[in-house]
Amino acid sequence: MSGLLKSSIARKVAMALSGLFLIIFLIQHFTINFTSVISADLFNEFSHFMGTNFVVQALLQPVLIFGVIFHFVMGFMLEIKNRQARGVKYVQFNGSANSSWASRNMIISGAVVLAFLALHFYDFWVPEMLYKYVEANPEDPSRYYAELVHKFESPVRTGIYALAFVLLAFHLWHGFSSAFQTMGVNNKYTPFIKKFGYTYAVVIPAGFIFIALFHYFNH
Amino acid sequence: MNLKLKIWRQKDANTKGKMVDYQISDVSPDMSFLEMLDVLNEELIEKGEDPVEFDHDCREGICGSCSLQINGEPHGPDRGITTCQLHMRMFKDGDTITIEPFRAKAFPVIRDLIVDRSSFDRIQQAGGYISVNTSGNTIDANAIPVNKHDADKAFDAATCIGCGACVAACKNASAMLFTSAKVSQFALLPQGRVEATQRVLNMVKQMDLEGFGNCTNTGACEIECPKGISLENIARMNSEYLSASLEG
Repeated sequence: MSGLLKSSIARKVAMALSGLFLIIFLIQHFTINFTSVISADLFNEFSHFMGTNFVVQALLQPVLIFGVIFHFVMGFMLEIKNRQARGVKYVQFNGSANSSWASRNMIISGAVVLAFLALHFYDFWVPEMLYKYVEANPEDPSRYYAELVHKFESPVRTGIYALAFVLLAFHLWHGFSSAFQTMGVNNKYTPFIKKFGYTYAVVIPAGFIFIALFHYFNH
Repeated sequence: MNLKLKIWRQKDANTKGKMVDYQISDVSPDMSFLEMLDVLNEELIEKGEDPVEFDHDCREGICGSCSLQINGEPHGPDRGITTCQLHMRMFKDGDTITIEPFRAKAFPVIRDLIVDRSSFDRIQQAGGYISVNTSGNTIDANAIPVNKHDADKAFDAATCIGCGACVAACKNASAMLFTSAKVSQFALLPQGRVEATQRVLNMVKQMDLEGFGNCTNTGACEIECPKGISLENIARMNSEYLSASLEG
């Protein structure tokens, strides 16, 4: 068991599990965000529930933050180790001859998503924490929709959001099926997993971009 | 064909190397890549210069000795071949060809294009075998029934020649394709199951100790492998490793 916690395979599996956890979280986040396109009241209702429910706030939110930090820290640690493993660099390395850009540049797409998360936390999470727990304002169940729409009034911010989700799409394009391969799943279901992963990688980020553009053009 | 060659020259493991330019003329498209290097070396020797050192042995794609990184790819631009099977018809007159040794911290350069791949031997020694009493009462392997599907998969894995192209092609210099092929060829057969748990733990441990990188599933190794070893073997090794770790 001790070997499991130290080995290269264990670290890969930990990356895969945390990645799959974040993939599942994205569905939940997307679903709630998409209600803002359908109805302001519906979005407010979901957001109020998520923002005030004890289980979500005290249990799920810390697990999510841990998952995000773990995935990024482990990702950067593995990248450093992998670069060290090459030693002397090639004068010519023709990576595009045998692998996709998305698979070779997970660290770049991941770093862009990390930078986006910093902006996202600055935009939504930090003000939310200040509003609720520092300023201790009385809860207003109807404020969420207006806060969301306000953020997408800026064309620059909307553009940054869209760009970050394009990079997230590249990250998911490789990451989804890669997580299953790492956990030892390579069988008759693999072609389906790959197709499902490619679909997920396009649909979910495109959906987030649609929501941002919808509010930008409708504010 | 007339070609410009950019070749990595390094006197020994402790000396810094560099790329050196050479011109070579009248190269036949029917020559193998190694024959082209033989001609270059004859010219260098005639001029009183040191020939370019490179690994080779069988020259028929079996031994896995020839280990060149050619134009940024292990064994050059063709697929399913070793360097000795690469022919000059893959290049055009006037081309510049870059020739480097396989690069990995675990494959240190010995001289010029020759690297030390004994790290693979040590991974193999850590568990890539079955313990059989051969003192006169050996049971014929064919006496143990093996279903065709498993036998074929095991054979496919066993075709790995340990050339190191997987490590050379991987952006992380990972040896997981090699190690997984060696784990799989035994894990799939009843004779290998007896020591399967300890084998995978020991071989992965040795692979990590040698300083190879982590697999990030780019698939470059599978594309560049001269024997077409499948990524399926890496998934199998991961699965075997997780089971073995939880058992141990």
